[in-house]
Amino acid sequence: MPGQIYALTGNQIVARAAIDVGCRFYAGYPISPSSEIAAEMAKALPKVGGAFIQMEDEIASMAAIIGASLTGKKSMTATSGPGFSLKQENLGFACMTEVPCVVVNVMRNGPSTGMPTFPGQGDLMQAKWGTHGDHPIIVLAPAYHREIYDETIRAFNLSEKYRQPVVLLSDETLAQMSGRLEIPDKSELIVINRETPKVGPKEYKPFDQSQGLVPPLASFFEGYRFHVTGLTHDDTGFPTENTTIAEQLLSRMRRKLTENLDDILKWEDYLVDDADILIVSLGSASRSALQAINEARESDGIKVGMFRPITLWPFPEEALKKAARNAKRIIVVEMNEGQMALEVERILHRTIETVLRYNGQMISPDEILNRIKSYESCEAAKV
Amino acid sequence: MNNTSGRLEARFCGVGGQGIVLGSTILAEAAIFYEGKYASQSPTYGSQVRGGPTKVDLIVDTQEILYPKATHLNFFLAIAQSSFKKYFCDIADDCTILIDENLVIDLPEDILVGTHRKLYKIPVMEMAKQEFNNNILANMICLGVTQEVTQVVSTENLLKSIQKSVPAKHYDKNVAAVQMGIELARSRKQQELVV
Repeated sequence: MPGQIYALTGNQIVARAAIDVGCRFYAGYPISPSSEIAAEMAKALPKVGGAFIQMEDEIASMAAIIGASLTGKKSMTATSGPGFSLKQENLGFACMTEVPCVVVNVMRNGPSTGMPTFPGQGDLMQAKWGTHGDHPIIVLAPAYHREIYDETIRAFNLSEKYRQPVVLLSDETLAQMSGRLEIPDKSELIVINRETPKVGPKEYKPFDQSQGLVPPLASFFEGYRFHVTGLTHDDTGFPTENTTIAEQLLSRMRRKLTENLDDILKWEDYLVDDADILIVSLGSASRSALQAINEARESDGIKVGMFRPITLWPFPEEALKKAARNAKRIIVVEMNEGQMALEVERILHRTIETVLRYNGQMISPDEILNRIKSYESCEAAKV
Repeated sequence: MNNTSGRLEARFCGVGGQGIVLGSTILAEAAIFYEGKYASQSPTYGSQVRGGPTKVDLIVDTQEILYPKATHLNFFLAIAQSSFKKYFCDIADDCTILIDENLVIDLPEDILVGTHRKLYKIPVMEMAKQEFNNNILANMICLGVTQEVTQVVSTENLLKSIQKSVPAKHYDKNVAAVQMGIELARSRKQQELVV
């Protein structure tokens, strides 16, 4: 069935998708440029029997969604850089206790309070390493209105499937611009719910390794009593200092992702097969890159393509290697001082170029085009 | 549409509260809902929305819009001096510039020199006050001028979009203001033909 057409901002779309996939709890604290997500959730949740709480701060908001999720409700919070920093401790708690939840970070130019109403992509590494200790994390980075919808749905689904917090990275440009969105018919929506225990309360162990990589999760207030702690814990959830169990726990949490990469990873290859130049970009920056690529091909006949991670973490390493196989030049385009460039360099083991911007302005297609062409003309001059 | 690529880039500038974003939204939604086109709006997003200089960039295209900021404006309107000064840039050679001549007094001397630009000076705020006893309708007069100049959507679809966006009891007044803007622009175009 054809979907319906809407005109919405990126923030409105996140809220819309969250409701559609079954999110029934939101806790948050207002922060630009994410606040409209909270505003939309406050309007929408009571109508579907859900609950919205404006908490006293960012830390409490993160704590609240973990608690709500443990009662079986799909839960979300949204924030921006400074709030994302504050949430990190509890985000680590959610990783360690394997509680499904979705955290939206609408990136603005940082560091610190930075430029609250201007876009940036400076939180890419924070999204992976912001909380301490080795921990699994899934981070999704959509670039278009429809993709914001789809990736919000996917964030909840992955979160439920793997008992795992998922971070959705948006930015001020995507969040505030309004545009056309076709929302698919409800019948096409794939909704995944967490696995619940098949055993009774007496036999239930919340971290039972014999249940596979993702042990079923019971909901509070349904008769299952279990312990939830950020301390290293055994199958029952109670703290342990047993080093063997500690290693098993961290390994299993890592393997939840590394053994399911086919399911988790998502990326876009754009005209990479014949590309002499491969651009690697993501989120709103990749929109400028795409326009530059089209112009370079149409006007100048330069063979440029793009690799765009949609799942940013874990990074689609093998897919990048494949896309870069024939490229003579690699140009990373991002709105920060070169965070994804580090990852690309690590994966490809070769010299890369960058087009970077970290002043609150989007990178324009012309800047990227100039980079593509300036080097071309140098090469031509040598011949 | 007044450019050949099927793409319109427009910028509406004012101060927070004048309703310029609403005008842009009505056009964008007319394009999206009634003409199957793509439209994106990137408004200023800061304390401006509460009284400072504000602007919205509207892009309408038959294809998905990638870079959402305007770079070659075909239409530029300003109804406040502060916002004119701040946002008068990225102007294409064929741009039609609409200003409220009572509110935007200080213009660059060479604003049209060596270009195919057109300058419409219309006292929209005063006219809204005189005609409708309500200067908030200035934004609808501007919308009418925008419509006539750019023809980015059909007038029929523009009216449908207005119906969707404004309360029913204010519909007639809003449409009257849009019609006024259309007539003003039309007579201006005819004068140009005579010249």
